[in-house]
Amino acid sequence: MTPRRKRLLAVLGILAGVGAAAALAMLAFEDNLLYFYNPSQVLAGDAPDGRTFRIGGMVTAGSLQRTDGTLEVRFVVTDYRNSVPVRYEGLLPDLFREGQGVIAHGRMGEGGEFVADEVLAKHDENYMPPEVAESLHEPQPARVAE
Amino acid sequence: MRIPWRFLAPALLFAALAAVLAIGLRMDPNRLPSALIGKPAPEFSLESLGDPGWKVGTADLARQAWVLNVWGTWCPPCRDEHPTLVEIARENRVPMMGLNWRDDRTLALKWLAQLGNPYVSVAYDPEGRTAIDWGVTGAPETFLIDANGIVVKKYVGPMTMDIWQREFVPLLPAAGERR
Amino acid sequence: MIPELGHFALILALLLSMAQSAFSFGGAARGSAAWMAAGRSAVVGQFVFVAVAFGALAWSFVERDFSVLYVASNSHSELPLFYRIAAVWGAHEGSLLLWSLILAGWTLAVTGASRSLDAPFRSRVLGFLGLISIGFELFMLATSNPFARLMPAAAEGLDLNPLLQDFALAVHPPILYFGYVGFAVAFAFACATLLEGRLDAAWARWTRPWTLTAWLFLTIGIALGSWWAYYELGWGGWWFWDPVENASFMPWLAGTALIHSLAVTEKRGLFKSWTLLLAISAFSLSLLGTFLVRSGVLISVHAFATDPARGIFILAFLTVVIGGALLMYAWRAPRLKSVAGFEATSRESFVLFNNAFLVAALSLILLGTLYPLFMDALKLGKVSVGPPYFNLVFLVPMLPLLALLGVGMHAAWKRGLLGTLRKRLYAIAGASVAVSIIVGAAAYGAVRPMTTIGFALAIWVMLSALLVPLARLRGRQPLPAATLGMVIAHFGVGLATLGITGVESFKVEKDFALGIGDAASIAGYDFRFAALRDVRGPNYVGVEADVVVSRGGEPVTMLKPQKRRYNSGGNPLSEAGIEVGATRDLFAALGDELGQGRWSLRLQYKPLIRYIWLGAILVALGGLVAALDRRYRLRATAVARHGTVSAAP
Repeated sequence: MTPRRKRLLAVLGILAGVGAAAALAMLAFEDNLLYFYNPSQVLAGDAPDGRTFRIGGMVTAGSLQRTDGTLEVRFVVTDYRNSVPVRYEGLLPDLFREGQGVIAHGRMGEGGEFVADEVLAKHDENYMPPEVAESLHEPQPARVAE
Repeated sequence: MRIPWRFLAPALLFAALAAVLAIGLRMDPNRLPSALIGKPAPEFSLESLGDPGWKVGTADLARQAWVLNVWGTWCPPCRDEHPTLVEIARENRVPMMGLNWRDDRTLALKWLAQLGNPYVSVAYDPEGRTAIDWGVTGAPETFLIDANGIVVKKYVGPMTMDIWQREFVPLLPAAGERR
Repeated sequence: MIPELGHFALILALLLSMAQSAFSFGGAARGSAAWMAAGRSAVVGQFVFVAVAFGALAWSFVERDFSVLYVASNSHSELPLFYRIAAVWGAHEGSLLLWSLILAGWTLAVTGASRSLDAPFRSRVLGFLGLISIGFELFMLATSNPFARLMPAAAEGLDLNPLLQDFALAVHPPILYFGYVGFAVAFAFACATLLEGRLDAAWARWTRPWTLTAWLFLTIGIALGSWWAYYELGWGGWWFWDPVENASFMPWLAGTALIHSLAVTEKRGLFKSWTLLLAISAFSLSLLGTFLVRSGVLISVHAFATDPARGIFILAFLTVVIGGALLMYAWRAPRLKSVAGFEATSRESFVLFNNAFLVAALSLILLGTLYPLFMDALKLGKVSVGPPYFNLVFLVPMLPLLALLGVGMHAAWKRGLLGTLRKRLYAIAGASVAVSIIVGAAAYGAVRPMTTIGFALAIWVMLSALLVPLARLRGRQPLPAATLGMVIAHFGVGLATLGITGVESFKVEKDFALGIGDAASIAGYDFRFAALRDVRGPNYVGVEADVVVSRGGEPVTMLKPQKRRYNSGGNPLSEAGIEVGATRDLFAALGDELGQGRWSLRLQYKPLIRYIWLGAILVALGGLVAALDRRYRLRATAVARHGTVSAAP
């Protein structure tokens, strides 16, 4: 085998090795592929059980509650068809606001409450994350109300 | 000529990426259908929501910039954008007409009475024909039409003050707002 | 009046860019010295008019001319002067103008410094640079005019995004662009080489100092961004594998592989096709990064087409530039075979493996960054790829890379006999592991596998780098700037690795609810929330907390985190209080009022974090020192006098 061919094999080996590590990473770590769901999808059971995912929507105005004197906050995320309560312990990001878009990262906890380990309210100058805006656009009227 | 696959690979990979981006271009909900971009707003004359004997339409707001907001009581995001619309109307920079889409007249009127009415008039489109003309795929949607009757902007999704100020307000002077 | 002048200047600049390309390519094809000279004059003209346009926009900002739409959207009457100027590149249109200005500047520099290149080649380089200029200027004039008027003028502007009202982030784009745009030079050289079907390696000699300079600015730009994110944005995080960060990191990885590959191509005429491909890739990734970030498509593919005209133009531009270059590569590269050989332990071999690792990491980071795009475009769901993936795909190739780096620095060209150095390297390796374990245990009270490996590799690289000048001085050999630069840069890599290992292994971050007088403790430091007061700035109001830090009863410092509310907008902004130390940072950020007189505070202990950026600065410094090596200037003249020196038939 010529030196050139040996080198080629070595380089291919490196690329393959790193690629294998990547594949392992994707399979092994739960947190690698984070899927986004809106509250309706979560309540319909689309979101994975026991795994972390991202939930997004609008923060229902008036829903922000603090457990007085502690870091614990609760608020409600809605897509106007359905809502999911969220519990979070820690500092909320600067851009978090009621009536604005939000994305929370965590997993479903007891009693249908989403336990967030991270709350994101910043994407760009528009305070509505694109995924949220899209999921809030009603494709057709649900029914002519009576 | 032997095709140098090894050397062509990078170009092919890039072509795949470009294809994906091109698909992304086509998918944007905020993009006006090409039939409407820069074209005259589809004219309509519909029954007013409040008074079936009275007609409202595009002719009423000719020769000035105006906004059309498509909404319905069945549409929860419309409910949430409503306070923003009321506030925008309070600023009174540009008249806003509502297009009540596939809705119940009584419920719609009750809604406006309860939540406030930001519209100078509301057109009633129970069958959705006018909405189809405007390329409406869902609610809420908000259009900006200039003084020449040309559609210059469309926003899909609930309006926020931030979006209004950053995406609509800068266009108002050129669109011919009446001062 | 001034905005119109700026607009007109931009139009003239576009015409001159077209002239630049037309006369340069035409002149080279026809062998006409007059045409080629005209092309060079056009370069000067283009630079002048882009500068005038930029000046006009800057003037509009400084004078608070809210009749210009872009100024009204990004400025405010109370905005301090420094930020009024920085606001010029605060959003889309202005940043494009900055890009064009920097590109015109680089083109001017290349024109001036390339007198000893043969004329047709030189012209083609300028021709390709001109094509890129045309693209940007046309894009601005057609879809993103910074001089669009707002009639009647707004009474008050919408203000610059408060996040951008910060020194580091104000200077971050120009520095970053200096790097991005600089890769265009290597790109143009590669394209000219491919166009002419040149088989020699002369272009590598020419490109090296330019590429080094661009790369070192990109290094600084990225480090600056990371540092900014740390104190302003991420609540103490320094890297998030955010698509925006990846967009600048990928060209950097390609650029790093490129400068190493250029060294081999220049020295031994090898790896020619790889170097060409890397030169195309580095700039392509820069372009991709600029547009994808600015258009928001990395966050949502739909953002690409918020303005469909822009989206189409961007895509067309990318396709023409990148696709065109890659097709030229496919056309010419098959004939660029190298014949010279090299041993398994030669310097060429180490560079080859180094680049393989870098390209592997780059490819996987690219995959992770684009994967959400593909999923979204194909309607397969909305996903985002998380830090664990990126951490792993970056870490796995970096560990062997760092290990080999320590040896590679000493490897000789072609034959790679390490000789007496071998024993010294074994000694250093042993010492590195030992020190790593000791430091871990003594300073931080823990010995963990990844931490030990990280520290050991860091120390290994640093000591090995120091060995180079020592060995040379002892052997009374000269230490040219290029070698010294290499030493400094690689030492910087080791230092940054030290910082990264330290921070990620031993950092402590915790949120607390504290009332005035309460204290909390992390990592042996006590933080006492002593006072709270109102504060006022030029365009904001807020509150400020006094956080007294002590250790073992001894006072250490007082941190003063703030929570500000800017007059123009609504959202509050947190300014962290940070104490910088030789071995650690102490960090406090103020949150919200929690009721019962308590506030939320995030307290952090960040060991060795400063060494990450210090290491990065050394890397950039090494690049600077290497770029200034007289060998480049001398060799260039030699090439001109004696014709191209080729190592391959």
